[in-house]
Amino acid sequence: MHEMSLAEGVVQIIEDQAKSQDFERVITVWLEIGELSHVSPEAITFCFEAVAKGTIADGAIVEIIRTPGQAWCYDCEAEIQVPSLIDPCPKCGGFKVQVTKGQDMRVREVEVE
Amino acid sequence: MCVTCGCGGKNSVVEGEQKSAHTHDHHHDHHHSHAPRVSPSRIVQIERDILSKNDHLAFHNRKHLAERGILALNLVSSPGSGKTTLLARTATDLADLMPMTVIEGDQQTTLDAERIRATGVEAIQINTGKGCHLDADMVRRALDTLKLKTGGVLFIENVGNLVCPAAFDLGEAAKVAILSVTEGEDKPLKYPDMFQAAQLMILNKSDLLPYVPFDVEKCIEYARRVNPNIEVLQLSAQTGDGLEAWYDWITTQRTLIKKTAEADGE
Repeated sequence: MHEMSLAEGVVQIIEDQAKSQDFERVITVWLEIGELSHVSPEAITFCFEAVAKGTIADGAIVEIIRTPGQAWCYDCEAEIQVPSLIDPCPKCGGFKVQVTKGQDMRVREVEVE
Repeated sequence: MCVTCGCGGKNSVVEGEQKSAHTHDHHHDHHHSHAPRVSPSRIVQIERDILSKNDHLAFHNRKHLAERGILALNLVSSPGSGKTTLLARTATDLADLMPMTVIEGDQQTTLDAERIRATGVEAIQINTGKGCHLDADMVRRALDTLKLKTGGVLFIENVGNLVCPAAFDLGEAAKVAILSVTEGEDKPLKYPDMFQAAQLMILNKSDLLPYVPFDVEKCIEYARRVNPNIEVLQLSAQTGDGLEAWYDWITTQRTLIKKTAEADGE
């Protein structure tokens, strides 16, 4: 359940920001979860709701922004889109691909009051 | 984990840790009120990595290790792949050649650390409690407790789990994924995150290859689908077959770390 640790990380980031940005309640949290990242949106949403209980983010709505997976194909020498870590290059069918984007897990912004 | 300080909190236990060394000047309960507010809502931009706290601690671990010229390897695998057997054998075989230390990660018990200590090599156990992986803070606390000799090797045996440890940088120089031939050769495709994060894949229990339907070539092909640059070694920690290549790999990585440490020191 590494999703629980990640959800704790989200709450911690929000609590840090609450002090510097002066807010007391979080209404909505926008999380960027890349399609090639280490977590599924459902799992982190579920864990966030559990971890946020009793914090300023208690009851906050989680909105997920999915960013597509991108990779560099060494054979095509081109940037390509990949839906997972195990898919080949859609142009040449080869597997000499290195992920370049879509692994991010970020807290983008929060709606607060 | 404590969400205020990220101290690893109530669940994880680092063997031998001086609890008083880590002072806590905040409380873990909440003193603010949840009274309704009338002020309108607003949007606050945050733009921070969810793992930023862990990555920050890992950065400091890496710096701490690099300054001492220590090669740190994060050993990851499913339970039962033979990580501890490989480490116990390595500790015995390389004892006269280089200083070694082992951090053992398991949910419960100090059994693995005891196995390593029986070889004469210093080992410390981290019990993660309900946790499924080691994180950079647990390793930081272990590093505070250990007194590492310069120029050695630190092996960090992660919790047996092919999923969760992939996301958590501990400050290691490399992740080493261990896969035994009694598992399926399709593990790299089923658990791609881990094999993508690893620099080296070790195929362990090679002595059992005549008895199991494990296709080595296919396994390597699958691993390179998710990580074209992954290095591969085939060995048996039990019989000793192939261990020389593992020791050579460690020696090469140590040389790289030393060169980096010297370059940084100049």
